[in-house]
Amino acid sequence: MSDTETTENEVDIEKLPDDAAVDLQAEFEKSQVQEVLDKLDNELVGLVPVKTRIKEIAALLLVDRLRRRFSLTSETPTLHMNFTGNPGTGKTTVALRMAEILHRLGYVREGHLVSVTRDDLVGQYIGHTAPKTKAIIKKAMGGVLFIDEAYYLYKPENERDYGGESIEILLQVMENHRDDLVVILAGYKDKMDKFFESNPGMRSRIAHHLDFPDYTADELEQIADLMLAEQSYQLSDCARQALSEYIPIRMQLSHFANARSIRNALDRARLRQANRLFASRDKELKKEDLITLTEADFRASRVFLDGKLDGDPADGIMNDMNFNEN
Amino acid sequence: MAMPNPAKRVTQGQFSFLPDLTDEQILAQIKYALKNDWAVNVEYTDDPHPRNTYWEMFGLPMFDLKDPAGILMEINECRKTFPDMYIRVTAFDNTHGWEAPRMSYIVNRPSSEPGFRLHRQNREGRNIGYSIDSYAADKPEGERP
Amino acid sequence: MDKGAKTVTGKDRYKSGVMEYRKMGYWEPDYEPKDTDIIAMFRISPQDGVDPIEAAAAVAGESSTATWTVVWTDRLTASEKYRAKAYRVDPVPNSDDQYFAYIAYDLDLFEPGSIANLTASIIGNVFGFKPLKALRLEDMRFPVAYVKTFDGPATGIVVERERLDKFGRPLLGATVKPKLGLSGRNYGRVVYEALKGGLDFTKDDENINSQPFMHWRDRFLYCMEAVNKAEAATGELKGTYLNVTAGTMEEMYKRAEFAKELGSCIIMIDLVIGYTAIQSMSKWARDNDMILHLHRAGHGTYTRQKTHGISFRVIAKWMRLAGVDHLHGGTVVGKLEGDPAMTRGWYDYMREEYNPTNYENGVFFDQDWASLNKVMPVASGGIHAGQMHQLIQHLGEDVVLQFGGGTIGHPDGIEAGAVANRVALECMIQARNEGRDYVNEGPEILNAAAKWCSPLKAALSTWKDVTFNYESTDTSDFAPTATPSN
Repeated sequence: MSDTETTENEVDIEKLPDDAAVDLQAEFEKSQVQEVLDKLDNELVGLVPVKTRIKEIAALLLVDRLRRRFSLTSETPTLHMNFTGNPGTGKTTVALRMAEILHRLGYVREGHLVSVTRDDLVGQYIGHTAPKTKAIIKKAMGGVLFIDEAYYLYKPENERDYGGESIEILLQVMENHRDDLVVILAGYKDKMDKFFESNPGMRSRIAHHLDFPDYTADELEQIADLMLAEQSYQLSDCARQALSEYIPIRMQLSHFANARSIRNALDRARLRQANRLFASRDKELKKEDLITLTEADFRASRVFLDGKLDGDPADGIMNDMNFNEN
Repeated sequence: MAMPNPAKRVTQGQFSFLPDLTDEQILAQIKYALKNDWAVNVEYTDDPHPRNTYWEMFGLPMFDLKDPAGILMEINECRKTFPDMYIRVTAFDNTHGWEAPRMSYIVNRPSSEPGFRLHRQNREGRNIGYSIDSYAADKPEGERP
Repeated sequence: MDKGAKTVTGKDRYKSGVMEYRKMGYWEPDYEPKDTDIIAMFRISPQDGVDPIEAAAAVAGESSTATWTVVWTDRLTASEKYRAKAYRVDPVPNSDDQYFAYIAYDLDLFEPGSIANLTASIIGNVFGFKPLKALRLEDMRFPVAYVKTFDGPATGIVVERERLDKFGRPLLGATVKPKLGLSGRNYGRVVYEALKGGLDFTKDDENINSQPFMHWRDRFLYCMEAVNKAEAATGELKGTYLNVTAGTMEEMYKRAEFAKELGSCIIMIDLVIGYTAIQSMSKWARDNDMILHLHRAGHGTYTRQKTHGISFRVIAKWMRLAGVDHLHGGTVVGKLEGDPAMTRGWYDYMREEYNPTNYENGVFFDQDWASLNKVMPVASGGIHAGQMHQLIQHLGEDVVLQFGGGTIGHPDGIEAGAVANRVALECMIQARNEGRDYVNEGPEILNAAAKWCSPLKAALSTWKDVTFNYESTDTSDFAPTATPSN
């Protein structure tokens, strides 16, 4: 990988004389970052510590930009980040908004997000990895490279693993092309901590660590409401009761993935609703029937019936149905 | 001894008569290509013969890029690997009815450009058969830069 | 306008004698042209007292099956199919004695792949027809089924660029001047200096054939010495359009074969050799990997006046079918006729895959070119380096810009003239690609380049005031927002 100078940032920064005065509020409004923060507030329930950190980072970047205009600093700050948390806690969504914020503040030129995992970066043969990693890096330039479950890049148990090669290239780019792209690593907290222990170079290039807490049961219910509203569904009163009983039970079961588990539960309820409507197809249907999920659509879940997980909603609900008939 | 044309160098490509493009100018040209959804390719050769169509590809054409910095990175890596060769940047347009390059310009040249020898063969009557050779390709391939 | 005229049917239709054309089936206002019909749009100026509908029907009749009187032999044919049908007549905007007449022709009226047959029908007889004061063929729509009977340009823009390894900028050419009188040896000198200086092409003029001052073989031999020497001097492919126009096909083939034998990449013909000869040369060019340049010599006699003749856009369509690779299309800013909107219209006919109707540019029909190769337009006549921004604005990037006087007339010589044009071109393309407002900043961009390029500086100061601001005669009838009345 080349160690050439980073390219000039596109957003030319207008220099200010020493005695100039600037209005920070006006600068903030001009950047339109508030819009992105609002969007984040509306689409993500809870996550208060994460949102606070995002605001802090935005403020830091705004001030940094002003310092550059007064020629107090000329270096692009390190902006690479580490998002830790369990699955379904909003890391990808926050990364998308972070890319937007960085774009609006002029720290990346395009503001797109390229989301990858180990398979996109690491090849299976000698000589395969560098072109793969470089191709992804080139795609991400001008935006944000989001590497989910980044620790899988490093497999110390396998001497012949090519992940190390990818890490080497990433490290160089994170250092030499700070103007061209921002890297966000993401994954479980404990695994990321271990990864950094073995890859101190990576740790030293990360400027911001954000930890995403699990959602509370109340927050998950709010998330469910958001998702239902988005798809034009509503809950009957009894269904709401069933859902709020469902959530704490599901949280205790294995493979709990926060918002993602809620989405799956709703997907299954929709399938059961469709089946229920179809089974009574001789009756006339109203709009109301089409948008309402009832208690039965939730209570049929194995989570309630025998405290086990339902199948993948993508596999259909035949199991549920059979279960009901029995 | 420089080449006998007024630019004193190989004049292939879009910008051979202008001063060498700076990295910033190259970025602007790449951006134009990306804006048009053209795939950009970096190619190099030590033999600038005008009918040497297939320069070596420095990697595959780069598809689906948003930002020119990645391509400049490749150009600079190619320059580092082959500092004394011709390097050109081409942009391919896959639109139906074109499906060919839309841009081609040189971004690196060897320190000396010895040019070409013109051969004339007397044929029947006053006819002459012409061919040209790159002086740069005189040496066997193994001894070239 | 008598739009209500009804076609006479049954036995009465074939009663001996004279009948109005509009009653014989040549005016069918309810006719909806089929996708496979060829459509022609004429501007008609009827004689005083002649109804425009009858005039349009007469044009339809005289360009298809009719004669001045009823003939019983019509009844031996499927005559309704073969009758051309005028189906729409609109008054020309802002005129009180001109009408646009739309006439549809059945595909079976035409021989596949023959411009001669097509033109013998459409313009064969009717332009001298007495009831009309004047007649102009404005545009034609060719169905895909008909387009596919032609091979089209032998090379086309894309393959020409690939073959010459020249992308992303207009090509540069120059016509050797003086166009008459140079010996072969002196002629080749001009070619060498211009090509070495940075042009891609030089060109014989339309009337350089084989005259006492220079035998054609001499010209070809010296020109190819110049081309090859210039390629060695620049490392860039070069060409010179060797004009093979001659008195007979046999002689033209002979000259073309010699050009091929000498390794020329391009030959040239004049429009005056006729449509069949053009198609023959296109076929030869296709068989011999040759680019075919067509000089539109003579077209001004029938394309320029607005009320009579043939619009150049129709010639452009015919020539794309006939299969030429280069066609002169005007410069907009130079010394020869060319309204910007009209010019844009026929440039689009040469270069696009599909032309949507655009009245403002004189494009009266949607035209699908069915993947026929594209024709490279050539802009030639009174242009110079100082107009580079306007030329690129009006003509785009797929065009040959020919600076004859603007190269050879340079105060410091031909090579300097070529350098000036090439530098002007490259810096303007660079600026355009960088997203600069090159049209308005054009002079500034040129002056900046002139600071380090003295030949450009000399060119700009020599020709700075040269413009040809005369009114065009062939202009659009439609204001930018107007649509034709129905």
